[in-house]
Amino acid sequence: MTDETQVIDANGEAITTQEPTIRSKAEEPPVEVKVVFFARARDLTGLTDTSLKVPSGSTASDCLSKLFSEFPSLEEIRRSMILALNEEYVPETTVVKHKDELAIIPPISGG
Amino acid sequence: MGGGGDDPLTIQREIERLQSEKTHIENRIALLQSRLAETVAREEERVSTTSSSPQSNGLSPESIYRYSRHLLLPSFGVDGQLNLLKSSILVVGAGGLGSPVAMYLAACGVGCLGIVDNDIVELNNLHRQIIHTEVYIGQPKVKSAAAACRAINSSVRVVEHEESLRAVNALDIVSKYDIVVDATDNVPSRYMISDCCVLLGKPLVSGAALGLEGQLTVYNYNGGPCYRCLFPTPPPTTACQRCSDSGVLGVVPGVIGCLQALEAIKIASVIGEPLSGRMLLFDALLSRVRIVKLRGRSLQCKACGEDSIFTHQLFQNFDYEDFTQFSLSDASRMNLSLLPETARVSSKDYKEKLENDEPHVLVDVRPAHHFKITALPKSMNIPLSTLGVELPTISSALSKLEESSGSPASLYVICRRGNDSQRAVEYLRNNGFTSVWDIIGGLESWAAEVDSNFPIY
Repeated sequence: MTDETQVIDANGEAITTQEPTIRSKAEEPPVEVKVVFFARARDLTGLTDTSLKVPSGSTASDCLSKLFSEFPSLEEIRRSMILALNEEYVPETTVVKHKDELAIIPPISGG
Repeated sequence: MGGGGDDPLTIQREIERLQSEKTHIENRIALLQSRLAETVAREEERVSTTSSSPQSNGLSPESIYRYSRHLLLPSFGVDGQLNLLKSSILVVGAGGLGSPVAMYLAACGVGCLGIVDNDIVELNNLHRQIIHTEVYIGQPKVKSAAAACRAINSSVRVVEHEESLRAVNALDIVSKYDIVVDATDNVPSRYMISDCCVLLGKPLVSGAALGLEGQLTVYNYNGGPCYRCLFPTPPPTTACQRCSDSGVLGVVPGVIGCLQALEAIKIASVIGEPLSGRMLLFDALLSRVRIVKLRGRSLQCKACGEDSIFTHQLFQNFDYEDFTQFSLSDASRMNLSLLPETARVSSKDYKEKLENDEPHVLVDVRPAHHFKITALPKSMNIPLSTLGVELPTISSALSKLEESSGSPASLYVICRRGNDSQRAVEYLRNNGFTSVWDIIGGLESWAAEVDSNFPIY
């Protein structure tokens, strides 16, 4: 369900299409990624964090696809957010590892 | 960074990034060299004219005493203070963020402090906008803030810009300063200020706070990204909450504002590592501070990218409110008009119906924590978000009333300002309710037109 999804990152640049071969690595145990929500993402999900199980070899983009199908309301901030893996900006094609932390950071504008 | 590999495009981008950093550093060196020359010249002049006074470093005895704790800091010292005294900083917004920014910048001795704001001090500002006091309620924030800054440090030149910063006047105002602090509270201003700083080559210390969270970063500095690099597409209006809608714990913008002052001071005095290319996230609820490494400048960025054609002219004509779909004036705040006139009543009409004892149920669709602040007597709180599952509750309230009164009962819906009540009425009408009306303008209009003692928030 998630693998064919085309993903455009927040700056509208890299459009990545994930190869559907990832899941064939049946031998490898799935990896667990912690997702941390900030600001509007907290309102939309009602959570400060959650955990995602994705097949080994999955990318940040795969994680996002799964996350957006679990929390469709997040679509609102899809095109305007910072994505950080282990507190660092990464391209969405980066492969996630077990226990990685993915942060969803929409901008705050209040003051 | 790091694992970029040997992809020629990646290498090319890295070269371009480093070159831009190099240019920035060279400019910085040239600036510092000229400052140094100036200082040395002044020192020589003083030494030659007043041979009996202490060796001069450019600081007056009063300045030495006032800033002594700065001067005692080995990493800051006389050089840091002299740099600060020569700097000019513009603070955009004299609200929750701008309050501590302006106070600290005045206290620490920047040469020139500009404050831009077009708002008036209101009572509901004072829990967080600590630069203002009760006596200034009803007066321009800029006047109040400038007076507070002058009271702290009369040796600082404080410039009052009593107007809103817009694309039409921003280039003029911003060009007079070395550093800009974004202490505004809305999305269009954030894009506009960032673009302006890119055009004029000014570092931008950007802070934001809402609810129990804050964000801080420095844009357009040392080859780092600008606001548009991170957020090329504005968020939808539903994602842009204001403190006046979502609330904010007073000290949260205070914390972020203090950190903005700190970053501005670091840039002005040329010490440390300003928060460029990194974003600080403050979580007051969990007592957590994180620093996230940001992407570098985007080569495709419409403002600072390689092929950007953004000019002063284009900037001045750019419609930031249209771009972000966000109105800058509170007065023209979204006034939804979902329903036909026949589906609506004014608060005065509703008052009449109350006085005539018309059998009715009043549903207040605000969130429960709003309902706790204040509510009309006998109103029933069913937040809009739960309306779908509470339809039977409304039906049974109506039929109970019809049984006891022996006549048909109407249904009225109210909220804070009259937008959610329309959404609710539309939903109710689509779900079989026929005698249902929305109260135009919500509780705010009730307070304005019917009961001046009714609390507003």
